[in-house]
Amino acid sequence: MSAPADPPLVSIRHLAKSYQRGAQTVPVLSDISLDIAAGDFIALMGPSGSGKSTLLNLIAGIDRPDSGELLVGGVDISTLPEASLADWRAAHVGFIFQFYNLMPVLTAYENVELPLMLTRLSRAERRERVEMVLGMVNLSDRMDHYPTELSGGQQQRVAIARALITDPTLIVADEPTGDLDRASATEILAMLQRLNAGLGKTIIMVTHDAHAAEAAKSLVHLEKGELLQGEHG
Amino acid sequence: MYLPKLIARNATRHKLRTALTVLGLVIAVLAYGLLQTVVDAWYAGASAASNARLVTRSAISLTFALPLNYDYRIKGVAGVTQVARSNWFGGVYRDPKNFFAQFAVSDNYLDLYPEFIVPPAQRADYQRDRRGALVGRQLADSYGFKVGDVIPLKGTIYPGTWDFVVRGIMDGRDESTITRQMIFHWDYLNESVRKKNPRQADQVGVFVLGVDNPDNAAAISRAVDDVFKNSLAETLTETEQAFQLGFVAMSNQIIAAIRVVSYVVIVIVMAVMANAMAMSARERITEYATLKALGFGPGFLSALVFGESMIISAFGGALGMLLTPPAARFFKQAVGGVFPVFTVSHETMLMQAGCALVVGLAAAIVPAVQAARVRIVEGLRAIG
Repeated sequence: MSAPADPPLVSIRHLAKSYQRGAQTVPVLSDISLDIAAGDFIALMGPSGSGKSTLLNLIAGIDRPDSGELLVGGVDISTLPEASLADWRAAHVGFIFQFYNLMPVLTAYENVELPLMLTRLSRAERRERVEMVLGMVNLSDRMDHYPTELSGGQQQRVAIARALITDPTLIVADEPTGDLDRASATEILAMLQRLNAGLGKTIIMVTHDAHAAEAAKSLVHLEKGELLQGEHG
Repeated sequence: MYLPKLIARNATRHKLRTALTVLGLVIAVLAYGLLQTVVDAWYAGASAASNARLVTRSAISLTFALPLNYDYRIKGVAGVTQVARSNWFGGVYRDPKNFFAQFAVSDNYLDLYPEFIVPPAQRADYQRDRRGALVGRQLADSYGFKVGDVIPLKGTIYPGTWDFVVRGIMDGRDESTITRQMIFHWDYLNESVRKKNPRQADQVGVFVLGVDNPDNAAAISRAVDDVFKNSLAETLTETEQAFQLGFVAMSNQIIAAIRVVSYVVIVIVMAVMANAMAMSARERITEYATLKALGFGPGFLSALVFGESMIISAFGGALGMLLTPPAARFFKQAVGGVFPVFTVSHETMLMQAGCALVVGLAAAIVPAVQAARVRIVEGLRAIG
């Protein structure tokens, strides 16, 4: 008798999403069904306008589908009210953006500490965590620097540290290497691989860069809002 | 603790913009304070006037005098305790721009004005000297008058050159007492007039009445006026405060215009501040979206905007308030004797603080709502 398979971390069934442009309804995603296992590192690929970022936004709980079911960790996030969805994001999702999206008026340390302000951790506990995570991304010596005093690669590492600080279930990365040179991009991708392999973090990464996609364990191709194929690297 | 930190750092993010906004607020709050003080100064005479004293004048116009013999008839009205005489002299001291009030008054005049404090020896000297005069402290300080000085006045209503000898200085009982006037003997004026033009003698500008009970002021006023009803010189009796307000009323439209301008200044700076806050909020849409994505709620984002607006308005308002008293002193010196009392009141300071508060709140409303309502996906896309 074989053991039952673990349920997927992300379970998507018949998901659809469209945008309103004036009087016109523009479909972006149609009838998407997809399972993402816990501990996976998936790359969402596709041309511009294929709906990959929209799918990522829906999974991350920063946008809502028109129809379909979207379970993350067993929670149907499409039905959560706004305040609960915000709490859910704070607890379960780590965000990495193409342009880092750090607060320019906060230091690297403060940017990483920011999501912990929504927790009940003490100042000492926060400090311990922030120092540990900044150490993981090799920025212990840059914690008092403001974003403008850091290179693009360093800023993205701060963003990764911020995404990790709450120990989220899921890390979503939207073109994390899109604004970086080759060397920095390779460094960031290696870091994401380490997080996935070493810490078992589930990572969903949107990219149109084949080199970046190679870092992922699985590839999902989207075209014109439809899932074309899924393959494992 | 992040909220105050973010607010403070955001407020100083665009130093030039913040500095210019603060400067606008400082100027607006300062201008508002000065304009309100001008209005207060206009009413200062009326505010300092008493409701316990009555003034009887000609019912036709203040420019018409009353016969001296009314003095005795007014004294006979029940409730009247004292009657003093006062004539506007209207002399010019060296140059018409050196304007100050001069009154020829009867000897019992100061008994009705306990707010004027004159040392007994000086008052005795004044009583003894026909040409003696008493000058208020503010007036003495303005022109450097000292006891013993001779003040030559060129008469306008009463022709000729009149020399008065300063026999005493009148101090005010408190800061609200205006001491920018000169008084001298009514008898001296009357005798001099009698010599030159007997028909103009024995005429009184106004009678100042002391009453036994200020609560009966209205009834006593009516009783006085009834005495002279249907006479050749009917009277109009009112409280001293109403009498003074009558002068202020002549400038009502000017005062209304000053008030309107003071509020317009605040509305203008409100628009400037709202524009600055809207620009800041628009530039930070991506940051608000990021904060929302991280789990921060609309309340946090609104508080960021309101906090920044309030910190700027508080700083500008406080600076404006601090600068108002010295600016008022400078203004008072610059305008000379036009406003004998030109002090920034506590009410004006409170109103300035209130205006800064309202500007801070009103300027942040729309940007705060926009920040709170930002859609994460659209906000993140705004980065380009």
